[in-house]
Amino acid sequence: MTATGNGFNLDNTGKRVVVDPVTRIEGHLRIEVNVDQKNVIRNAVSTGTMWRGLEVILKGRDPRDAWAFTERICGVCTGTHALTSVRAVEDALGIQVPDNANIIRNIMQLTLYVHDHLVHFYHLHALDWVDVVSGLKADPKATSELAQKVSPWAKSSPGYFRDLQNRLKRFVESGQLGPFKNAYWGHPAYKLPPEANLMATAHYLEALDFQKEIVKIHTIYGGKNPHPNWLVGGVPSAINVDGTGAVGAINMERLNLISSIIDQSIEFTEQVYLADVMAIAPFYKDWLFGGGLSSTSLLSYGEFPDVANDFSNKSLLLPRGAIIDGKLEEIHDVDLKDPTQIQEFVTHSWYKYGDETKGLHPFDGVTEAAYALGPNTKGDPRRIESLDENAKYSWIKSPRWKGHAMEVGPLARFVIAYLKGHREIKPLVDETLGKLGVPITALFSTLGRTAARALECQWAVRELRRQQDKLIANIKAGQTATANVAKWEPASWPAQAQGVGFSEAPRGALGHWVKIDNGKIANYQAVVPTTWNGSPRDHEGKIGAYEASLLDTPMADPAQPLEILRTIHSFDPCLACSTHVMSPEGQEVTKVTTR
Amino acid sequence: MKTLVLGIGNVLWADEGFGVRCVEALAQRYSFDAEVTLLDGGTQGLYLVDVVGAHQQLLVFDAIDWGDEPGALRVVRDAEVPKFTGAKKMSLHQTGFQDVLSAADLLGRLPSRVTLVGVQAGELEDFGGSLTPRVSAKVEHALNVALDELRAWQVQPRVRTTPVPSMLGPGLDRFSYETGRPSEQVACRQGDERFFAGAAR
Repeated sequence: MTATGNGFNLDNTGKRVVVDPVTRIEGHLRIEVNVDQKNVIRNAVSTGTMWRGLEVILKGRDPRDAWAFTERICGVCTGTHALTSVRAVEDALGIQVPDNANIIRNIMQLTLYVHDHLVHFYHLHALDWVDVVSGLKADPKATSELAQKVSPWAKSSPGYFRDLQNRLKRFVESGQLGPFKNAYWGHPAYKLPPEANLMATAHYLEALDFQKEIVKIHTIYGGKNPHPNWLVGGVPSAINVDGTGAVGAINMERLNLISSIIDQSIEFTEQVYLADVMAIAPFYKDWLFGGGLSSTSLLSYGEFPDVANDFSNKSLLLPRGAIIDGKLEEIHDVDLKDPTQIQEFVTHSWYKYGDETKGLHPFDGVTEAAYALGPNTKGDPRRIESLDENAKYSWIKSPRWKGHAMEVGPLARFVIAYLKGHREIKPLVDETLGKLGVPITALFSTLGRTAARALECQWAVRELRRQQDKLIANIKAGQTATANVAKWEPASWPAQAQGVGFSEAPRGALGHWVKIDNGKIANYQAVVPTTWNGSPRDHEGKIGAYEASLLDTPMADPAQPLEILRTIHSFDPCLACSTHVMSPEGQEVTKVTTR
Repeated sequence: MKTLVLGIGNVLWADEGFGVRCVEALAQRYSFDAEVTLLDGGTQGLYLVDVVGAHQQLLVFDAIDWGDEPGALRVVRDAEVPKFTGAKKMSLHQTGFQDVLSAADLLGRLPSRVTLVGVQAGELEDFGGSLTPRVSAKVEHALNVALDELRAWQVQPRVRTTPVPSMLGPGLDRFSYETGRPSEQVACRQGDERFFAGAAR
C-alpha cells in the first residue's frame, strides 16, 4: 500500500487490467488498473500515448496566424483553441476588442458548449449508461408512456418508437451494428429497463440529426464550417443589416435564422437532453463512484466576459477559482501569469527537465522528449503489457496548481459557481438535487460530472439567447464594429511581448502562453484540459484526476471494463485527436487484457 | 445530383494532410457547378455527418494505412469503404470516417455513391511537416483519378483560367505552410534550445 500524497492509497499487487484503444498510430489514452480479489480497483495508471508537440510547430510563425494552427490540433475543440490563441496574442500586444466582437466570441463559445455537451452525451457517453440492444425488447407503447411522463417532447408516440425499433432491428440483423458495435451489451452495470433504453436510443439518433442545426451558428459567425475563421483584434464577420454588402456579411435574415436555431436548441436541450439525464439518473443513484479529486481539488479559469476585455470575476459569467484540500468554503483566485501557481512537472512524463523535482511555469515551459520505459515494464517494448508507473509513463505532463493535482471541466465550473452563489447555477443545481433526492455530495461522482455537463448545457443555451439579444440590440443602436485593427501591423508592436490567453473549453480549463520576438512567435505553450485531468503522478506521488476517479470502483467483470470507460468518458477526454488514418479492419478497437 | 468532394486529415501531420491538400489543389485549379461542393473536412469526424448526408455522391481523399508502400494509391468504392465503428472509444476525437458513414447510414442518408481515393501514408510523425516527396508526387495522380470518377458521375470539371486563393485559412495554405516553416535549427524540433543552453552552462 502506497500513500499518494493527495489523500489516496494505492495497491498494485492485484490483477492488472489494461484498457487500450488500439489505434494505427500509437494509441491515445490507455488506462491500467489493479483490482483486488473482489475486483475493486486499487491502483490506476492513466497514460497519454502520443505526443502533440504544438509548441514546436508554432515557433517562427506569424502570431496573427497562430489560431489557424491551433484550430487544427484537434477535431472537436477547434474553436476554443482558436479563441484562446487570439486572446493570448491580444494580451501580449495590448489589443482591445470591440463589444460586438466579444459578444460574437461568446456566442461562438456558448454554441460550442451546447454542441459539444450534446454530442458528448449522446454519441460517446450515453452508451455507457444505455444498453441499446436491450431497447430492442422494449414495448413501444410503454416506451411512449415513459417518454410522455418525463418530457413534453412531441416525438413520443407508440408508432414512432415502433418504427425506430424496427429500423434498429433491421440495422442489427443486416450484420452491422454501426456505431453500436463492440460495446458490452447485457453487462450487469447497465441498470435501465428496456423502455428507457429504447427512448434514449431514439434520442441518440435525433441528437445526431439535430446537432447540424447548432453548427450553423458557427458557419454564420465564423464565415465557414468546419474550421471557422477567427481574427486577432475581433471577429472576421462584417455586420451589414441591409444585407447588400459583402458576401457572408451578417444581415437581419441571418440574425433571425440564428435566433430560431437558439430557440430550437433550448427546446431540444431541455425537453430531450436534460429530460433523458433526469430519467436515467434515478436508476444509477446508487452508483456514485468516480468522484476522484472532485470533492477536494477543482480549478476553473473562468469564461464568458460579459464586458469586453474585462476578464475579472466581476465580468466573467462562469467564475474563475480554485478549491484545494477539500475546503469548499474557501475559493482561491487564480492568476495564470503568476509563476508560482501553474507549473508543469515531468517526473513521470516522457520529457526531460534540468531539475525534475521542480515544475516550470508555461512561460518558461520546456518540451524535450525523453522516451524510456521503466525497469518494471512488462512485455515487449513494441507491445507493452503493462507500464511501470514508478518511472516515466506518459506523454502527458503533470500540471499542478500551487502543487495540487486538479480536476477541471463542467463539474469543477459548476461546483465553484455553486459555492459562489451563482444567480443562475445555484438554483439549477439545487432543483436537480431536490428532484433526485440526493445530497450535494452526490455531485462528486461520475454521475455528478455527467449531470453537471447537462445542466451546463441548459445554462449555456439560455445564455446564448441573452448574448444574441444583446448583439441585436447593439446593431439596432447602430453599433456595427466587429474588429479593432489599430495594431494589426507588426510595425506597431513592441520588439518583445508576452501574453496569456485562457478559456474554459467544454471539457475544462485551457491556457495558451505566447512569447513574441520581433513579430514572430518565439515560444508557445498550451496546457489543455486533458493535461490537467489525465496527468500522471508528480514528483510527490500525487495522482491525477483520471487516476483518482477510478480508485475504489468495483468492477462486475474486469474483462468487460464498462465501469472504467464510464468514468473516464465522464471527463470528455481529448487526446491526440488529430490522427484518423483509415485501415481495412477498422481502427479504434479497444483491447482489454487482464493478467 | 448533389456531389461532395471531401478532403480529410490533419495538415499538421505530414502525410496525414494528403486528403486536404488534394481537395485544396482541386479547388484551386477547377471550378464546378453549384451542386458540387468541395470541402476541407479536417479531422471533424462525426461532425461531418450532416454534410455527407446532404449529398448523393461522395468522393473522399484521405491518407490510408493499408500496409502498402508509401505513396501507393488505392481507389475503393461503396461497400468496400470500411464502415467499422466502435462504441468503446475513449474519446470523441477518435471518431473515424467510418463512423461518419455508418451514422449517415443509420439516419438513412448514406450517399448512393461513395468513392475513396487514398494514398498510403509514409511519414506521420513529423508534426508541423508537409507531405513527403513520395506522397506529394501522388497528388496529381489522385486528382486525375478523382476527375475521371467525377466525369463518370456526370460531374463536369472546368479548368480555371485564373488561379484562386486556397480554401485553407491564413498560414495553412500549402505554400505558406511549407515556406513558413522555421528551419530545423531554428525550431529545434528535437527539443527546446533553452534546455540545451541550460545544459551547456
